[in-house]
Amino acid sequence: MNFHQMTMVQLAEQLRNKSVSSVELTQYFLDRMTQFDGQINSYITQTPELALAQAAAADARRAAGEDGLLLGMPLAHKDIFCTKDVITTCASKMLANFKAPYNATVVEKLNAAGMVTLGKVNMDEFAMGSTTENSAFGVTRNPWSLDAVPGGSSGGSAAALAAGLAPVATGTDTGGSIRQPAAFCGVTGIKPTYGSVSRYGMIAYASSLDQGGPMAKTAEDCAHLLSAMAGFDERDSTCAEGERPDYVTGLNDSVKGLRIGLPKEYFGEGLSPEVKAATMAVATELEKQGATLVEVSLPNTSAAMPAYYVIAPAEASSNLSRYDGVRFGHRCDNPKDLKDMYIRSRSEGFGAEVKRRIMVGAYVLSAGYYDAYYLKAQRVRRLIKQDFVDAFDQCDVILGPVAPTPAWKLGEKTADPTAMYLADIYTIPVNLAGLPAIALPAGFSAGLPVGVQLIGNYFSEPKLLNVAHQYQQATNHHIQMPAAFA
Amino acid sequence: MSDQIDVHKVARLGALAVSDDEVAAVGQKLNAIVGLFDQLAAINTDGVEPMAHPLDQVQRLREDVVTEADIHEYVQQIAPKVEAGLYLVPKVIE
Repeated sequence: MNFHQMTMVQLAEQLRNKSVSSVELTQYFLDRMTQFDGQINSYITQTPELALAQAAAADARRAAGEDGLLLGMPLAHKDIFCTKDVITTCASKMLANFKAPYNATVVEKLNAAGMVTLGKVNMDEFAMGSTTENSAFGVTRNPWSLDAVPGGSSGGSAAALAAGLAPVATGTDTGGSIRQPAAFCGVTGIKPTYGSVSRYGMIAYASSLDQGGPMAKTAEDCAHLLSAMAGFDERDSTCAEGERPDYVTGLNDSVKGLRIGLPKEYFGEGLSPEVKAATMAVATELEKQGATLVEVSLPNTSAAMPAYYVIAPAEASSNLSRYDGVRFGHRCDNPKDLKDMYIRSRSEGFGAEVKRRIMVGAYVLSAGYYDAYYLKAQRVRRLIKQDFVDAFDQCDVILGPVAPTPAWKLGEKTADPTAMYLADIYTIPVNLAGLPAIALPAGFSAGLPVGVQLIGNYFSEPKLLNVAHQYQQATNHHIQMPAAFA
Repeated sequence: MSDQIDVHKVARLGALAVSDDEVAAVGQKLNAIVGLFDQLAAINTDGVEPMAHPLDQVQRLREDVVTEADIHEYVQQIAPKVEAGLYLVPKVIE
């Protein structure tokens, strides 16, 4: 088996038993990036020099007797995480030359664990999108079908993993941005409970929804990476206090007796038959392993999409007001006055979808509309959370599709933002409620991966990772690779 | 229910420019998006408190003491224009 076909845990064993050094492993992935990334454009910035220096340092630490599963392991960072030594663009012209003065806490923690940064991967601009088509640095293609979108916003992360151009990656999930690209590209990714992973240095889109998380081939890999990413950080004012649970030791627990809720609203109109069949096949496999299935109801599901597209743009319009051409980021040439500088800098720096969300946000927050839209959406948000609270009285985890269909064609939905938003219906409720959810590969439809998600109660990541791991022990969807990149 | 969006007004609120050529197309998309929100009105939320944060967290406060060294020069390295430790912008008052 070649290195790019191995899981992170398998690669860690190779490093540990000295079959390969971190420098060699890093060079292996850098070579693959050179060879293959032209086909999919998953990286915005490749960082070979930094990677080899970090790899050499990791090898030295190992030679000095240090051990650690992540020591010397290469990874790709979503270009939303600030990195002190590498440009952080957030896939925007606004930040095309932005050199952050500090590392994101996530970057800092993974650096400390000895991980090696291969580069920064593509995304929708400011994480606003579901296809990675809204990037100022070109679209990323789905390795399973180069005409298809990889999903988004963490599409670069998912595509790089699927093509074997990184063993693991970071992502962020505001409305599905880890889970949906994971599903579209046939990889695994977990969106942790809101507040589990520090948002410090993670460029803000919608602060009450944004959450970073790991993406990898397997749930087991995600568990190890999440262990290093999560934790209280006083620099993030909304970071959850206290210890994080142990994500790893329960992975091998049996799912016997587990109650799996199937929300009837997730299997209704709009769900493609292939995705429905794949989701039910996952339920059947887990049932075979001793879990029981229960129908549950999340009655306000259809209200989640409009509530999200009020709340997220409202927060975005506020967050993105910081891009004013004064302290950092793009400034227009020869501004005639201050106002001209603000307006032209922003109009030149932001892409169409970002501008749309800023304007929608400004609208729903404006006098006369605030109560009807913004406050109303926040009330609906509580109803959505309550739906989950009620459902978890009857089940331990919830199983459902990630998206109504597999990946669609590049360009298919770019002309109609509302059609794009509708594809987020199954992922958005989780963000509004702040719950954890893991996406995992569940099979294929016409050559394209299909993903399912398991949603858990607050801070139940160990259970989600355990169930996903048990499913992956019995199946092999997650280790498939697209033929062109195998 | 939703009114037609005044594109120039929301652009101004967002400090963005929308050219006259774009107004119709931008307005059409914004109105389609805001049209999605109409279904919120049909949901009964009587007595439901607005939820700003998933865990209903309160903002954590810290002691009001200096925790960072003076790094303004370092931070200003990435600014478009600075002079004598100040951010330069176009003249505001003639």
